Amino acid sequence: MTNRLSFAAAAAAALIMASDMAPAFAETPPNMLVIANRIDDIKTFDPAESFEFAGADVSRNVYEKLVNFDPLDLDAGYQPQLAESWDISEDGKTVTFTMAEGHVFSTGNPVTAKDAEFSLRRAVLLNKTPSFILTQFGFTPENVEETIVATDDKTLVLTLDKPYAVSFVLNCLTATIGGIVDMKAAMENEVDGDMGNEWLRTNTAGSGPYKVVDWKPSESVLMDLNPNYHGDAPAMERVIVQHIQESATQRLQLERGDIDVARNLSPEDVAGLDGVDGVKVVDELRGRLMYWAANQKNEMLSDPKVLEALKWAVDYDGMSGSFLKGQYTVHQAFLPLTFLGALEDKPYSFDMEKAKAALAESNHPDCGPIKISVREAQERLDISQSLQNTWGQLGCEVELIVGTGAQTLDRYRAREHDIYMGAWGPDYPDPNTNAATFAQNPDNADEAGNTGYLAWRNAWDIPEMSEKTLAAVVENDTEARAQMYRDIQAEHQQTSPFGVMFQQIEQNGMRSNVENFVAGGATTAVSYWVITK
Amino acid sequence: MAQSQTHGEGRQTLSLPPWFKRLLATLATVAATILGLLFVTFMIGRVMPIDPVLAVIGERATQAQYDETFRELGLDKPLMVQFGIYVGDVLLGDFGKSIRTGQEVATDIGRVFPATLELATLGTLIGVILGVPLGVIAAVRRGSWIDQVARFVGLIGYSMPIFWLGLVGLLVFYGILGWVSGPGRVGIFYQGIVEPITGMLLVDSALRGEWAVFRNAFSHIILPASLLGYYSMAYISRMTRSFMLEQLGSEYVTTARVKGLSEWQVVWGHAFRNIRIQLVTVIALAYANLLEGSVLTEIIFAWPGIGSYITTSLLANDMNSVLGGTIVIGVIFVGINIFSDILYRFFDPRAK
Repeated sequence: MTNRLSFAAAAAAALIMASDMAPAFAETPPNMLVIANRIDDIKTFDPAESFEFAGADVSRNVYEKLVNFDPLDLDAGYQPQLAESWDISEDGKTVTFTMAEGHVFSTGNPVTAKDAEFSLRRAVLLNKTPSFILTQFGFTPENVEETIVATDDKTLVLTLDKPYAVSFVLNCLTATIGGIVDMKAAMENEVDGDMGNEWLRTNTAGSGPYKVVDWKPSESVLMDLNPNYHGDAPAMERVIVQHIQESATQRLQLERGDIDVARNLSPEDVAGLDGVDGVKVVDELRGRLMYWAANQKNEMLSDPKVLEALKWAVDYDGMSGSFLKGQYTVHQAFLPLTFLGALEDKPYSFDMEKAKAALAESNHPDCGPIKISVREAQERLDISQSLQNTWGQLGCEVELIVGTGAQTLDRYRAREHDIYMGAWGPDYPDPNTNAATFAQNPDNADEAGNTGYLAWRNAWDIPEMSEKTLAAVVENDTEARAQMYRDIQAEHQQTSPFGVMFQQIEQNGMRSNVENFVAGGATTAVSYWVITK
Repeated sequence: MAQSQTHGEGRQTLSLPPWFKRLLATLATVAATILGLLFVTFMIGRVMPIDPVLAVIGERATQAQYDETFRELGLDKPLMVQFGIYVGDVLLGDFGKSIRTGQEVATDIGRVFPATLELATLGTLIGVILGVPLGVIAAVRRGSWIDQVARFVGLIGYSMPIFWLGLVGLLVFYGILGWVSGPGRVGIFYQGIVEPITGMLLVDSALRGEWAVFRNAFSHIILPASLLGYYSMAYISRMTRSFMLEQLGSEYVTTARVKGLSEWQVVWGHAFRNIRIQLVTVIALAYANLLEGSVLTEIIFAWPGIGSYITTSLLANDMNSVLGGTIVIGVIFVGINIFSDILYRFFDPRAK
């Protein structure tokens, strides 16, 4: 009996002790924003290298750019930020920026054109993954000293290899890689000629509203106000982003008031928050697309009528109304809605009669075996299983080849798939980001190794469409440029081996008192400085 | 291991003391085990059909960037050369850099392992404190209601998914009752207050005299530790009961009772003494199991431990991190084995 009592006493003591130590109630302070998010993809904060979603969220709040988006008016497009104005030369190849006054880095150093020159040059010289966003304008490590030049502290001159649409150039400068870093701070921490790359991986030196004061990988990011910030002082003086993997855990924290925003809620948890006091869910259209793509090396899948049949035999509404409910909306063009030139037309619906008729007209009326290469992510598996079902109704023998992300990607880049079930997000907020990969293939030969082009990965040889896509990036009339993209997409919908199906909706759960939370739409990342509570 | 030296006036053999020979043999075993472990893990990492270069540069990189990274990672060298370079670096304390976090693997492990050590130690303590007496009483009162309860508790511990139990625990004790704090190691207001000494927050906050941080950290750790402790308790109590039943059926126990010893003396003074070695093995196994990192518990409770670190690294093909973590796990297992061995000698003079 004594022993039994001692167990009970020990257990009770532990719980009582814990309950005594747990906060009786939870509410974050009015000047602090606490966010639960999956941030284990952050590898670096260096804008010349950062290319992950969670990293972009930090970068947008830490680094200013020559031009940037206003979070409360994303539709307005790029606006002046560190550059107060810009001029284009008559030949369209030179862009001259005039720097704005009064911007100061968190280190206390003023922002000058020399910092902008340094930042853009180092992005090219370091040659990290996102460098293509700048090098596509002809900047190379060999020519940056002539093509990216600060003529004085207030003037930056960019010389392009040919005339491009100015909207294309400026949109690219709003990407993470366009972040302007403090040259002095970076060079003081240079190691082996890395231009501060190693130091900037874990430290920040920007002129944005916040600075990173602590980062524990896969654990948390802590940002405090940049005391030298040029703009209005943000209401949130401290932002803490905690890595919380589980949706159910995020929901519990949100309901308890321990966090202000939960960014990775599953549809079930979003539904569970319905009617919960003090909590709201805000939907926002993002840029990620879900698509399938057919390898044109496969004879059957290169038959236009087979492709047409497969596009009709997709249960778009069924999927978006069930397991994708609230997370994806039906969208069938390669530019996400809200992008310049986005096409809203949805020519395909789930129509088995039309699908069977198209297949009957093809050279493969009995269909044949199709292997869908898909990574082990739940939503992609669910979509693939739906395709397996509906394409199976067409008479196709569909097999799912499930692998890790890296395995399926390896197969895709090696052009060894039949159908690839994939997702694609824009790299920078200009229509060319998707057009240049879905609708351009500079050389279809295997040895060309153009793995960056989705058209190449699917062995889709499109010299004419590639020309049209290239023409769109040099069109300076913005409306004409938008129409060019709409035309390309309409043709792409009919002829391409891509079946674009859905565009992502991000559902963020937050406390009712959180206002102005903008995740970034389809074009950019989250902006903490406009948030109030 | 004896060494011989030849002197001018004859041969004289210098024998090393037995304890030193045992130490050398143990060290040789440890080295061979770790090397074997490294070799197998390294080879698995290299033959997996996953491209480590893509893991570094992402899918949007150009072919030129791919080729450059391929060379930077040393993948253009023969496999055995790569392995040799890696082992050489490890011997110099360089585990390489994590491609997932961008930091030195040693730094990463120094951050995540103390979190696991803290959680596993507390979990094991709970498991032992509750599991051993429960197992003993269940054996002594075989067939009684307490035995049924012990067996039921053990059954639940074996059959209930820890993922589900963790979520229910969070919902009840954190979400509804508010008795404990939520996920993570410490509340947002207490982060960064304590300068790390051991990396274990409870220990460090106590050493620094930061009792508010200690209390908050305790309210965060108690739920996941209890959950792990419950699973340990289920295993330990079941094994304890089984060991005790065997002892209580022995003739020497009957003899002790015939001699008129009290039940307390019979159970704890005789029967229990004889299961201590077996118990040490069971507890060591349970502890080592928790030290490997309980991945699901770490995910649910946002506990930045080595289990989720290795798992996430593996999925990202971050082989430097996986190998570094493997070495740590290997050393732990070997270390616990050695410690168990020492305890055997302490509890059983025959083992000496």
